[in-house]
Amino acid sequence: MINEQLIIAGFGGQGVMLMGQLLSFAATNKDINTLWFPSYGPETRGGTANCSVTISEESVNSPVISKPDSLIIMNKPSLAKFQDKLKKDGCLFINTSLVKDVPIRDGVNVYKIPANDIASKLGNPKVANMVMMGAYLAVTKVFSQEDIIEVLKEKFVGEKASLIGINQEALNEGAKAVTL
Amino acid sequence: MGKVLMKGNEAMALAAIKGGCDAFFGYPITPQNELPEYLSKHMQANGRVFVQSESEVAAINMVYGAAGAGARVLTSSSSPGIALKQEGITYIAGAELPAVIINVMRGGPGLGGIQPSQGDYKQITRGGGNGDYYLYSLAPESLQEAVDLIKESFEIADYYRNPVMIAVDGLIGQMMEPVDFDHEVKKWDLKPKDWVADGDRKSHPKNIINSLYLDPTDLENHNLKLKKKYDDMKANHQRYEMINMENAEIAIVAFGSTSRIARTAIQLLKEQGVNCGILRPITIYPFPEKAFKELPKEVKDLVVVEMNTGQMIDDVKIATMGTHNIHFYGRVGGIVPEAEEIVDAVLKARGESNE
Amino acid sequence: MSNTKIVYEKSKALEDVHLSYCPGCTHGVIHKLVAESLVELDILDRAVGISSVGCSALNYDFFTCDMQQAAHGRAPAVATGIKRFKPDSIVFTYQGDGDLGSIGIAEAIHAAHRGENMTIVFVNNAIYGMTGGQMAPTTLIGQKTTTSPEGRTEAQAGLPLRIAELMATIPGATYIERVSVHDPKHVMKAKKALKKAFEIQKNKQGFSLIEFISTCPVNWGMTPKKAVDWAVDNMIPYFPLGVYKDKLAGENK
Repeated sequence: MINEQLIIAGFGGQGVMLMGQLLSFAATNKDINTLWFPSYGPETRGGTANCSVTISEESVNSPVISKPDSLIIMNKPSLAKFQDKLKKDGCLFINTSLVKDVPIRDGVNVYKIPANDIASKLGNPKVANMVMMGAYLAVTKVFSQEDIIEVLKEKFVGEKASLIGINQEALNEGAKAVTL
Repeated sequence: MGKVLMKGNEAMALAAIKGGCDAFFGYPITPQNELPEYLSKHMQANGRVFVQSESEVAAINMVYGAAGAGARVLTSSSSPGIALKQEGITYIAGAELPAVIINVMRGGPGLGGIQPSQGDYKQITRGGGNGDYYLYSLAPESLQEAVDLIKESFEIADYYRNPVMIAVDGLIGQMMEPVDFDHEVKKWDLKPKDWVADGDRKSHPKNIINSLYLDPTDLENHNLKLKKKYDDMKANHQRYEMINMENAEIAIVAFGSTSRIARTAIQLLKEQGVNCGILRPITIYPFPEKAFKELPKEVKDLVVVEMNTGQMIDDVKIATMGTHNIHFYGRVGGIVPEAEEIVDAVLKARGESNE
Repeated sequence: MSNTKIVYEKSKALEDVHLSYCPGCTHGVIHKLVAESLVELDILDRAVGISSVGCSALNYDFFTCDMQQAAHGRAPAVATGIKRFKPDSIVFTYQGDGDLGSIGIAEAIHAAHRGENMTIVFVNNAIYGMTGGQMAPTTLIGQKTTTSPEGRTEAQAGLPLRIAELMATIPGATYIERVSVHDPKHVMKAKKALKKAFEIQKNKQGFSLIEFISTCPVNWGMTPKKAVDWAVDNMIPYFPLGVYKDKLAGENK
């Protein structure tokens, strides 16, 4: 039974909010309860951004997650800010392209993914978020890659539809990074 | 239509359209901007009215005009903007016009902050502007409930010819949850609007929309007429939910998104062997005094939890008349309490009363 | 009585009641002009008037059309609400200099700015009448009021605000004129201006404002005759009469 609480954190422009929303849309498609809540602030570019996502087959209560099951960390300040909240034995996904030489706490499962490097090799640095998503899905199995691609197909219409291919590749590469 | 995943502010906007909203007037303020943004696109496309006004004061007076002409009207804002609208709100109540006002609360006083808060509780539940009047005020805890109540709020406003306040906070405005927009909501027994001043004199005699009564006897009668409405709301339309109250030994009193967090807290308490209920006011005006009569005898301690410094405590005291020990836990400034903090507050209250 | 001919009767746009205005005040004349314009343009049965706060606060009892009473200064916002919901109605506000020129200047400017298809009847008597003769934004330099007992000074209160000139600068406004009702000739001219404003609205051609130079014998401390002379000698030189904007004629004056 799915009962997942996740915090995704990084800076504005890394697609942090979108990652969380994709998971909530995938949950809604499957008629599973979900709640997405973003950090919000004055509308400025480049500030820190994070969102909380709950996916549960039971009713979702608190919109605020105090002890997440998983953390996806896209930049350095976010690791310092959130890692102590992670549940014991929780999953910590770190974008090591941007998070280097930072002490990581004990008692959690750490997955290091050089997401920006992988995305650049794929030819589009913007899909670093989907590389992280691929790793997250491969480990937690909350949803399949197909579930996420289905949401992308709903959301990316018209010109954007051409981006689905590279997102699929990013998910694959992210999965590979944690399973090899 | 099935369930749709939507952001709170957008879901509330669509709920207003589904509730038959004819016109929206508003002014930008965080954290509710997605609401007018959504309506700017979808109201005009459906032949309805959308105007971004020059100020909150102007917006609420546009609401007054359109409501007086018979429209189902909405305005939305956040705390400092709602404070500015108080002038218009008291005129709307005084002239007995229906209108729906959504307050996506943020921290105060003054410019305060933009993070979630329930700091407008007193302003909302005491009327807010000058004179003797109240707003029928609903405090949903989820997007589904917000959508259902907003759809119904236009009926309630028309029924009472009185403004209805939807009191939510930045959490509800900003969160996304799946929502079913086709839930049936209560239809109220509405009379034709034969009082409108819309200029259409071919269909009705002269009508005047007014809140001015220079003769004290006239004004007293008018006030007593208004009071009858508020008495009727109190007698017949208190709304609340009792959660996990069977076998409860202690209870939390919380509304809106705070009650949502309290739901997680009572699960954690159960893991520790503490059976805690939640008394959740859905109407914060009229305050659900009836709910307190339904509390199990074993419950002697009530822990009021709010995102303010304890504005609801007075109402809980009035409702219980000294029969219970009242405790309080609150966070302010835009800080949202975590479930664990509420657990600690309940354990502390329980410990105090067992000493 | 068969050869009795009615040569004059009260406009059917006015109720058969005593107006609440002081003797000698020109509000009554202006009401009559509004009423006659509504009847002559055949728009009375779709008109909504907005009473404001000031001496004319009670005029919802004087006009026979639908009326809404607005908070101080907010009449143009209330009118916007009505007009947007009922675009075929004819909406006018009736506002004084305190209501429009002071507390409600934002609402007036922005109604014009949006080009709301409405008509503002703006009555400038250079004083707050209803509250007992305080200084208004249009009070003249040297003019004594209860809050400028030694006479208004520029240093203390600034120079009087010229509303017609100000409103004419708003790109969205269609027609702005200042008129006076101090003698029959000017009353006729004023009626023409008002009718034109309502006609513009009837034709859905946008925002119009007619400023009326008016008198307040009681608070000015003068007889009605002296008050009229004072308006001519002091107000009109500072507030010159004329068309300040006529978008339809394609000319600004």
